[in-house]
Amino acid sequence: MSAATLLSVENLTMRFGGLTAIDDLSLSVPAGKITAIIGPNGAGKTTFFNCLTGFYKPTTGSVRLAHPKRGEMRLETMTGHRVARDAQVVRTFQNIRLFPKMTVLENLIVAQHNRLQDASRFSIAGLFSLPGYRKAEVEALKTAVHWLDRLGLTGIADTAAGDLPYGTQRRIEIARALCVDPVLLCLDEPAAGLNPRESAELNTLLLSLCREEGIAILLIEHDMSVVMNVSDHICVLNYGRKIAEGTPLEIRNDPQVIKAYLGEDDESEPATLIGGNA
Amino acid sequence: MSAVIVARHARTPTERFKDAAWVAFVALLLGIPMVGMTTVDQGGALVVTTRFGVLAAFVAASFAGRFAFRWVMDQYRTRRDAKSTTVKVDRTAKVVQVLGWGILGVALFLPAMYSDNRYVVDTATTVLIYVMLGWGLNVVVGLAGLLDLGYVAFYAVGAYTYALLFTHFGWTFWEALPAAGAMAATFGILLGYPILRLRGDYLAIVTLGFGEIIRVILVNWTELSNGPNGIGSIPRPTLFGLPFERNPAEGEQSFATFFGLEFSGMHRIIFLYYLILVLALLTNLFVSRLRKLPVGRAWEALREDEIACKAMGMNVTNVKLSAFAIGAMLGGFAGVFFAARQGFISPESFTFSESAIILAIVVLGGMGSQMGVVLAALVLVLLPELGRNFAEYRMLLFGTAMVLIMVWKPSGLLSSREPTIRLAKASAMGGQK
Ligand SMILES: Nc1ncnc2c1ncn2[C@@H]1O[C@H](COP(=O)(O)OP(=O)(O)OP(=O)(O)O)[C@@H](O)[C@H]1O
Ligand SMILES: [Mg+2]
Repeated sequence: MSAATLLSVENLTMRFGGLTAIDDLSLSVPAGKITAIIGPNGAGKTTFFNCLTGFYKPTTGSVRLAHPKRGEMRLETMTGHRVARDAQVVRTFQNIRLFPKMTVLENLIVAQHNRLQDASRFSIAGLFSLPGYRKAEVEALKTAVHWLDRLGLTGIADTAAGDLPYGTQRRIEIARALCVDPVLLCLDEPAAGLNPRESAELNTLLLSLCREEGIAILLIEHDMSVVMNVSDHICVLNYGRKIAEGTPLEIRNDPQVIKAYLGEDDESEPATLIGGNA
Repeated sequence: MSAVIVARHARTPTERFKDAAWVAFVALLLGIPMVGMTTVDQGGALVVTTRFGVLAAFVAASFAGRFAFRWVMDQYRTRRDAKSTTVKVDRTAKVVQVLGWGILGVALFLPAMYSDNRYVVDTATTVLIYVMLGWGLNVVVGLAGLLDLGYVAFYAVGAYTYALLFTHFGWTFWEALPAAGAMAATFGILLGYPILRLRGDYLAIVTLGFGEIIRVILVNWTELSNGPNGIGSIPRPTLFGLPFERNPAEGEQSFATFFGLEFSGMHRIIFLYYLILVLALLTNLFVSRLRKLPVGRAWEALREDEIACKAMGMNVTNVKLSAFAIGAMLGGFAGVFFAARQGFISPESFTFSESAIILAIVVLGGMGSQMGVVLAALVLVLLPELGRNFAEYRMLLFGTAMVLIMVWKPSGLLSSREPTIRLAKASAMGGQK
């Protein structure tokens, strides 16, 4: 991997009582690339995201982010909202978490809360609609409109997010995360529940985000047609341990991975399972 | 059996007939002991007699009533289903707007129409106090989604702050108003801190406890609050220094002398009415504006999904505390007005049932809807007043009305939510710049 390392995870362990959900995981995520985390159900992928983004405090280990503007940051010491606010590591959720009664546009504006709240100066500038606040508001709207356009959501901007179909909600969640202005975007199963056409669109989107906007993406996904087509690098977890790592081609042919997915005795053709359509 | 009776749709005549027949049958069962038999006093002894004629009429009336009701409801349903939902939402917004201006117009001219009817103006003032309290609590419960069962505590803090500032330091209404708001907001934050991690039922129980603690302190800390005896002779607010008194102090003007009017007790009543109207309207403006600011959107986002808020980098602690503080402050303002209006306050006025009524106003109105609060306050204050004619059945009627409203509109009178920003309008605005 020639690109600079954006995120380096060292000896990360997360235990819940007797259960070790992540076991001594070390991993590095390059800047400006797409890294996929795959593994069977219960492998600890979501838990890994929770540790990165301040939702869980890891039992041991470190997570360091080389922030392009703010220098090195220790994510494992940052709690809750700080990871998204200060380190700009933003995530989506496996079971979509939108603000369902708010409109799509409002969802995207809320994502820019911190910038707007600063500009509203404890709401005083906001209450009187002073120029500084108005400017920030217009900026926020521009950002929102940009991502609405980019993700094809403009037509439904004024609809309540919860009333929309599942696939659209997934896109809204990504658009909302993008409004936070991430340096690292963590997507937890963005293709779950999408139909093949929507998956293909997702592929295009992820590639363009990465190539054009330079946003590094960390992707958890079961849908191999997505993983194999967009990933620069894949990391395979099983029972909280990293069992393999490499390019899509290497992973597809890795006996360990095939075993993890198919079990010991299964003789069926592995390529059909994790082959994708590269 | 019940399945037939509560059938939501009975669109064919046969179905309607069957449905009505079941109701008539139930009416018969109930009617035999309740209508069909009655006791008559015959020379000191109670004798049971039968009234089959009345019973038959009762059953027939039930049948006909049910049949007609079903028919009307089905007509209504069929027509409603035919309409698309988007049109309906837009229409609701329009209707609400027109209704709002209508109610405001009535509110402005009400004292002129009833300038000699103290009862009407007083009741309207009470409605407005509850409207203001409802708007305050709406911030906490309706927008931020934090169930608060102890809101009356902030009302009490506001009222007592004014009463104490007056008795100890001689502060006037206008001086005490901001101080009491600040005091209530402080209490809001004090309450907010320990319960930041609680949600739902747990939050409700702790806030309920907080409301009671404040009341119990007021009852028992006699040196501070004069205990259950309360604090009296709290001065009425003045109009830019003009008091509403029959005999103003030597060398000073009163409202009546200044304007050359004959003194009337109604002046003060009407002044108080307009005062609370202005306070309530300011509250509405303030809350409506906040709703469109980052804090307001953050409150609603918090109500929708706290975890997603965190993932967006939002400091959830600040969002919650700001909701508690602003809600409490508005309650405090209302408290000051209450103290000034009554001239006397005691812990009696700040019991849990007040919290319950205010919460009922917010829930009945449709969580988060400003206009809904007005309608609900009207219903909740006026119904018991109208019910006075029914003497002992008053509370029963009140309860029945509540149940019926909740059955008819389970998510409140006005439950449709108006977005804080619309793409079409907003881009037009941005384009001009
Ligand atoms: N808060 C928690 N408390 C206890 N156990 C947990 C907790 N969160 C996760 N686990 C456990 O950790 C293990 C890993 O779960 P995780 O959700 O990370 O799996 P995953 O790889 O995301 O699976 P999937 O593909 O099904 O989403 C599971 O056994 C799960 O039960
Ligand atoms: Mg998962």
